[in-house]
Amino acid sequence: MNQYLSKQVADLKPSGIRKFFDLAAQMDDVISLGVGEPDFVTPWTFIEQSFHALEQGYTSYTENAGMIELREQISGYLNKNYNLDYQPDDQVIVTVGASQAIDLALRTIVNPGDEVIVVEPSFVAYVPAISLAGGTPVTIQTKAEDAFKLKPEQIEEAITPKTKAIMLCNPNNPTGTFLTKEELEPLAEVIEQHDLLVLSDEIYAELTYDENYTSFPSIARMKERTILISGFSKAFAMTGWRLGYATGPAELISAMVKIHQYTMMCAPTMAQHAALEALKNGRQSLQDMVDSYKQRRNFIVSSLNEIGLDCPNPGGAFYAFPSIQATGLTSAEFAEELLQEEQVAVVPGDVFGANGEGYIRCSYATSLKQLDEAMERMKRFVAKRLEKKPVHLEASN
Amino acid sequence: MMEHEVELLKLIEKNANLSVNKLAKLMGKKPAEIEEMIAHLEEKKAILGYSTLIDWAKVANEEEVTAMVDVKVTPARGVGFDKVAERIYRFPEVKAVYLMSGAYDLSVSVRGSTMMEIGHFISEKLSTLESVLSTTTHFVLKKYKHDGIILEDEDDDDKRIVVSP
Repeated sequence: MNQYLSKQVADLKPSGIRKFFDLAAQMDDVISLGVGEPDFVTPWTFIEQSFHALEQGYTSYTENAGMIELREQISGYLNKNYNLDYQPDDQVIVTVGASQAIDLALRTIVNPGDEVIVVEPSFVAYVPAISLAGGTPVTIQTKAEDAFKLKPEQIEEAITPKTKAIMLCNPNNPTGTFLTKEELEPLAEVIEQHDLLVLSDEIYAELTYDENYTSFPSIARMKERTILISGFSKAFAMTGWRLGYATGPAELISAMVKIHQYTMMCAPTMAQHAALEALKNGRQSLQDMVDSYKQRRNFIVSSLNEIGLDCPNPGGAFYAFPSIQATGLTSAEFAEELLQEEQVAVVPGDVFGANGEGYIRCSYATSLKQLDEAMERMKRFVAKRLEKKPVHLEASN
Repeated sequence: MMEHEVELLKLIEKNANLSVNKLAKLMGKKPAEIEEMIAHLEEKKAILGYSTLIDWAKVANEEEVTAMVDVKVTPARGVGFDKVAERIYRFPEVKAVYLMSGAYDLSVSVRGSTMMEIGHFISEKLSTLESVLSTTTHFVLKKYKHDGIILEDEDDDDKRIVVSP
């Protein structure tokens, strides 16, 4: 049947995560640090509100852009938290997860041949989503010695006459790297100079632990060239509800609504009701989860460093991204052998981009008990490798 | 109280079994700092003890009965309800005593191994106290949740897929 596939889809590479998932899924007693979603179940009050809405008969479509009450809440939330000013009626769209918002944004702005910059290591969906939208992904490789922080000169180097936009993700999946206002501003300067659009994926914005978060469009003159993408999945522990949103200039958002109305109609109604409750009454639940992530971040980072895997302190998201170079293994070897020997699943760093080689992604969105056990197992695993490779250990210090 | 003291208290309130080393790692502090904080909090009686939540229904021959008793009392001049509350809370059978607003004065939680034992305590000891005017006893039939912990959470395994982006 392959001859029937569109060329674009046939050329699309399967995700490296998928392969690893198949391997891990066959095994028993796996402790997974490979999960890119919260371990918390959605707070009960959101679930209960969704029940209530269903009982009341809210089972039909909503407006294409999402319920106006929800768009008002999103607008108010962004205003309160990040000092942003978006009109609920034409600058906010509610989507099926942030993933759909990324897809809509790209299809809205990309002409065939347009280049869109992706900053690697990155979330695995950006590159394929750009290709599917008919664009050409151009990747920037951030450097380990810069703590995987994007530098303005790296954007300069990647820009060509065809560059249309850049995708940013702050805090970043998979590295947990967090960019402060002072670090974002020089990037904004280059972006303005070259008249680029920005797709700013801020799904992890609430999950930052040490410093205040700066939303990219809140930087001077960036709002008019930024589509802000976020959602409820990570901060509110609502991944399965599939609910995200995008905000931006009215012309761009209404163009996104146009695609959305023909391809999706609207985001699920019951999920929109749960999200409404999350924004109205979810602050304490969110804060409790953030406190817990921060503690586990502290725990996993100090444990990984003790084990002998060099791991900088990630400022946000729920991922640690330690170097495994001291073991002398590749990322894929490390992840596969660790899974086989100790039944701990981590994601090899190279699936997030070539510069992720030499690193693994460990999600700490897992109970402390599981994390503790995973660290014990990894300690055993790494100790065996370091015995064999004493030279590497010295070299890494 | 300092912010990190509150953080420490919240952690051990949920799980008193966390070791000093683990607490230190979670809070990004040194073990010695944690020990010092705990000693300080114990000294000023912010920390009163460390207990374990046990579902005694799961332990053979150790079943227990709990009654919540609404007690109406006459307060005494000068000491209000405190004196009579003390007379009541000194009994080891009494696990909790609260002064309540509303229809009665003291809410007393009594624990024993049989209903008979509790009945005996209430009729012999509690209701015969001079300042006690009346008691209304409610026996607990089933515990669903205690101190924030759900007792029969059968279905709490991780439902997430093993690896996701």
